[in-house]
Amino acid sequence: MTDLASISLTVNGERISAQVLPRLNLADFLRDHLGLTGTHVGCEHGVCGACTVRANGDIVRACLLLAVQVENASVQTIEGLSDSGEVSDLQAAFRDRNALQCGYCTPGMLMAAQDILIHEPQADREQIREHLSGNYCRCTGYHAIIDAVEATARARSEQAR
Amino acid sequence: MKASAFSYARASSVVDALELLARHGDQAKVLSGGQSLMPALNLRLSAPELLVDIGAIDELRGISVASGVLRIGALTRHVDVLKSAEIAKHAPLLTEAIAHVAHPAIRNRGTFGGSLAHADPASELPACVLALDAVILVRSKDGERRIQAADFFTGIYETLLASDELLVAVEIPVAKPNAVHFFHEYARRKGDYAIVGLAASGILSGDVLTDLRLGYFAVGDKPMLATATEHLTGRPVTASMLADAQAALDAELDPQEDQQASVGMRRYLARQLMARCVSALLERPDLETKALA
Amino acid sequence: MNDGSEKQPGLSVLDRPNSYIGKTVPRPNLDRLMQGRGQYVSDMVLPRMAHAVFLRSPYAHAKILNIDETAAKAMPGVIAVVTGAELAKVITPWVGVLSHLKGLKSAPQHAIAIDRACWQGEAVAAVIATSRALAEDAAEAVLVDYEELVPVTDMRTALDPDTPVIHADLGDNLAFERNLDAGAVDQAFKDSDEVVEAEFVFGRHTGVTLEPRAVLADWNSGEERLTVYLGTQAPHMVQNIAALHLGLDEAQVRVVCKDVGGSFGIKVHIYADEMATLALSKLLRRPIKFVADRVESFNTDIHARDHVCKARIGVSKDGTINAFEIDDVTGIGPYSMYPRTSAIEANQVVNLVGGPYTTQNYRARTRVVFQNKNVTCQYRGVGHPIACSITEGLVDLAAQRIGMDPIEIRRRNLIRDDAYPCGSPSGLKFEALSHHASLDKLVAMMNYDALRAEQAELRKQGIYRGIGIGSFIEVTNPSAAFYGVGGARISSQDGVAVRLDATGRVICQTSITEQGQGSESLTAQIVGSVLGVSMERVRVILGDTDNTPYGGGTWASRGAGIGGEAALQAAKVLRKNILDVAAAILQAKPGDLDIVDNAVVDADGGQQRIELHELARIVYFRPDTLPPGFQPELMATRHFVPREYPFAFTNGVQASLLEVDPQTGFIKLLRHWVVEDCGTIINPQLVDEQIRGGVVQGLGAALYEQCIYDERGQLTNANMADYLVPMSGEMPDIDVGHVVSPTLESELGAKGAGEAGTAAAAAVVSNAVNDALSPFNVTITEIPLTPRVVLAALGRI
Repeated sequence: MTDLASISLTVNGERISAQVLPRLNLADFLRDHLGLTGTHVGCEHGVCGACTVRANGDIVRACLLLAVQVENASVQTIEGLSDSGEVSDLQAAFRDRNALQCGYCTPGMLMAAQDILIHEPQADREQIREHLSGNYCRCTGYHAIIDAVEATARARSEQAR
Repeated sequence: MKASAFSYARASSVVDALELLARHGDQAKVLSGGQSLMPALNLRLSAPELLVDIGAIDELRGISVASGVLRIGALTRHVDVLKSAEIAKHAPLLTEAIAHVAHPAIRNRGTFGGSLAHADPASELPACVLALDAVILVRSKDGERRIQAADFFTGIYETLLASDELLVAVEIPVAKPNAVHFFHEYARRKGDYAIVGLAASGILSGDVLTDLRLGYFAVGDKPMLATATEHLTGRPVTASMLADAQAALDAELDPQEDQQASVGMRRYLARQLMARCVSALLERPDLETKALA
Repeated sequence: MNDGSEKQPGLSVLDRPNSYIGKTVPRPNLDRLMQGRGQYVSDMVLPRMAHAVFLRSPYAHAKILNIDETAAKAMPGVIAVVTGAELAKVITPWVGVLSHLKGLKSAPQHAIAIDRACWQGEAVAAVIATSRALAEDAAEAVLVDYEELVPVTDMRTALDPDTPVIHADLGDNLAFERNLDAGAVDQAFKDSDEVVEAEFVFGRHTGVTLEPRAVLADWNSGEERLTVYLGTQAPHMVQNIAALHLGLDEAQVRVVCKDVGGSFGIKVHIYADEMATLALSKLLRRPIKFVADRVESFNTDIHARDHVCKARIGVSKDGTINAFEIDDVTGIGPYSMYPRTSAIEANQVVNLVGGPYTTQNYRARTRVVFQNKNVTCQYRGVGHPIACSITEGLVDLAAQRIGMDPIEIRRRNLIRDDAYPCGSPSGLKFEALSHHASLDKLVAMMNYDALRAEQAELRKQGIYRGIGIGSFIEVTNPSAAFYGVGGARISSQDGVAVRLDATGRVICQTSITEQGQGSESLTAQIVGSVLGVSMERVRVILGDTDNTPYGGGTWASRGAGIGGEAALQAAKVLRKNILDVAAAILQAKPGDLDIVDNAVVDADGGQQRIELHELARIVYFRPDTLPPGFQPELMATRHFVPREYPFAFTNGVQASLLEVDPQTGFIKLLRHWVVEDCGTIINPQLVDEQIRGGVVQGLGAALYEQCIYDERGQLTNANMADYLVPMSGEMPDIDVGHVVSPTLESELGAKGAGEAGTAAAAAVVSNAVNDALSPFNVTITEIPLTPRVVLAALGRI
């Protein structure tokens, strides 16, 4: 049973069928098998948040999920969220605020930020800081990221009015 | 940092999972949410031959209330507990505690049963089920066992769960109308494991506490139900009663030293938490002020 | 008729219509990174590529008796198992010394250890396999017989006679010692009303770049050329070193640096395992990739700080600081890191202590000792946080002793803003600093008096807030004085080539590199401004030794000040060349023309004469229409290195407001302020974000970060869960203000800003904590300031 297992799932809306070893985690599957290198690997033990993706609508750590576990799941990565335009306003806010430097944490950070924007659209600065606490950034000091997410929250809520 | 090779089996039902566990015993590990197991696998701290993935077993999922008992299926995710109206109503301690468990992306995968079975002495939920006087339901091919939470945890990452058993659910008596609770932990950063934490429940009648259960965590090799509560219940608490309780707590603690805290610091913080807890439950800030002076 | 320059008296080449200088414009490379379309070395795949995994010593100090790779070689996917002795056939060892650090010694270090491992984590063999996972499987099957040796772990006893000597050939464990005695120190202390002493302790910490170190080496035996894809801050340095130790000509080595997932000084070095990867590629004649995993990062990325420093200050009752004295010890691991050496940080501490203040009485000793721990070397703010914490800690202790406000004592002792140029007792030369203007601005920004009033009010309610202040100086724009004079082939100059292409767009090749600071943006801003070309028409190429001018790269806060000036000068030449062409085409005088908004215009009146794309079309495709003998040159290259001052010092001041819970020892950061003077500001937002990021790395050091070793030299928290770095939840908002004193050494006037944030952050947190705890008569001079440290100091545990 250490043999290859068949999995099928959708990634960014695309049907994917693959043969994977049980030990392969989702981050490595996305990066090495599908070439979706926007999902970054920072610690491989679930702490840094760089590999954050969405599985069935929930943000998850791709390094803490086996590829075989996402059988039949719908996975979305930063490439998907970018191409669909779902986070274009958030990305624009990050750009305006220079809320990234090296960019390595950014895909995971955008995933986590979009998650709070969806689930707690009225979140204040403190709540945003807490929600993003599972995502390390070593460059920015976080201030600019919090500004960008807060600005997006405000803009979206004004738009919704 | 890649996991060692292992085999993988996706259990289709509890019966199926128990079959697999019976067959493979110690060589197998149960994969629930994986939020504790996967880091251990990636770091090669754990190298099982087989993972039995119970993630697809729907019967293990869900929250229900019947006959004064709140039942939480083992596979219920932290996020589901956090958002559950039933939990907020019948076990509000859990709602409060679970917000301290790691971060959103982890809470979206981590499961209630997985956290208990993992039995990290510094994690929140084992102490909560002690405080809530929960019963832990485990099943094997031979049938079901009901284990009192107070008996379940036996050491660091150790429980009464046998290698052929599966934790299937937790039952918690629903909170009585005059129930009160308290949760606080000292952690370096939001979402970190606690240096010392306390999950408490009790009944408040006027200014008297009864049925006070103090579930401490990160104070030893397993979560601990403090017996020092006898000084705090049945009559109005005075500063000297609290001091007695703190002294008694000190006597029953056996904390360990690690990078965050010395033994003495853990004892000190545990005493502090007791004062904070009693003072909060009784809405008596004077008690805390005196105790901490 | 006036020519252009006469019309705008006093304006520089940067003060032009539509100039980007001083403006916040978005970085051109952000969208790629935000969409997951960056290309980091860890993302790269090449044909026939194999993966290297290093088997690492579990002991801090051990003899390697035997390595049995038989079983590992037979495992699936395994291509080779290579020991240190085998690899030494293709790569020579190195010794990390510099001649200007007199007396600095170190031992030869091999890419892979041969007979002896000197720290836990040193590579003892490499396993090369078709995947990382298979290589890890095989590494577990390599059997190594070790004989554990007594490790040297405590730097305080490393020089004791009964402590074993790590490298017998060196005679002792002392790598470097420097003594300095300036002014009349003994007399100054004698004349002081108060002398305050303290021992400052600094935890060892590390950079934790979010992308671990990653290298992909591709030896092409058909071309006899090695291409190295490396996340590095100094491509030409790596090219030189790789060639030197692999027995190649520099022309046989190309270093390519694409996106880099964080550097902070961690990636300005070349590591033994990276050198081994290059050698493995040459040995095995195929591309080899090595990406450190997180545990390896903690065990092998350079560490920094780890100082214990006894220090004292002499002060008069009127607040005059009379003298500073320090006695510093630092442990650097078993080798001095190559090529920048591990003595630089201690040397900087000696240089920088007391730096912002007028007193010329200063005595210092530092001793740099070997130990069996991971190596330390230059990490963001090299030496600054230590020097600043000592200096500012002492100044606050002195102020407290004489009952003076911390702002007031600084006002009385900081070098006056009109006193420049001047020097420090350690021999530093200051061109122009603005300590007083900066302090005034800080006091206003933070509303200091109101905060003090609030603090007093809250203290009555049992809430203990603290305010910490810290002035600092920062070394930026280093000249050859840093490394070149010591014999290291690390360039202090940078070069920029700018050209107008056939469509009227600008291509700019620069030797500085980008790791997120905004090198690409600032280069495009400068070139666009000088040329009169819009930024989106400027494409910047960096990080490729085949395709950029030779230069130093991006480290020591040098990119903007040195690389930026080279860009400015190159663009000026190109601008002149373009105007010469335009004059020839338009039969006008070059001085009557200007370039604005991508077109040549009349300098007087601004009327458009010819678009740049049209000019380029003529130059490249119809040169026959140009006057005979006229040769257009639409590419220009210029280089720059500071010559007059060895370093462009910057200055600034920071403040922290925080709350200490004396019951729990927990510290809550409430607000942080920085006023900084980096001279000309090219892009305010980029500068501010450099400051903020730097501050938070300093806050990490102040509160959380520490590499914790046990007495056997085992790093006990080598993972992300146990090594704590700042997360967003605990970090404060950070207000940044500026004072601008441009350096006159360059036309641009820019100094560096990359390390200013880190320099004083820990100092002001320590000062604020001591301020908060002053009612308890407690002083803490140790970082990280964990709850345990605070509670212990308060006597509660």
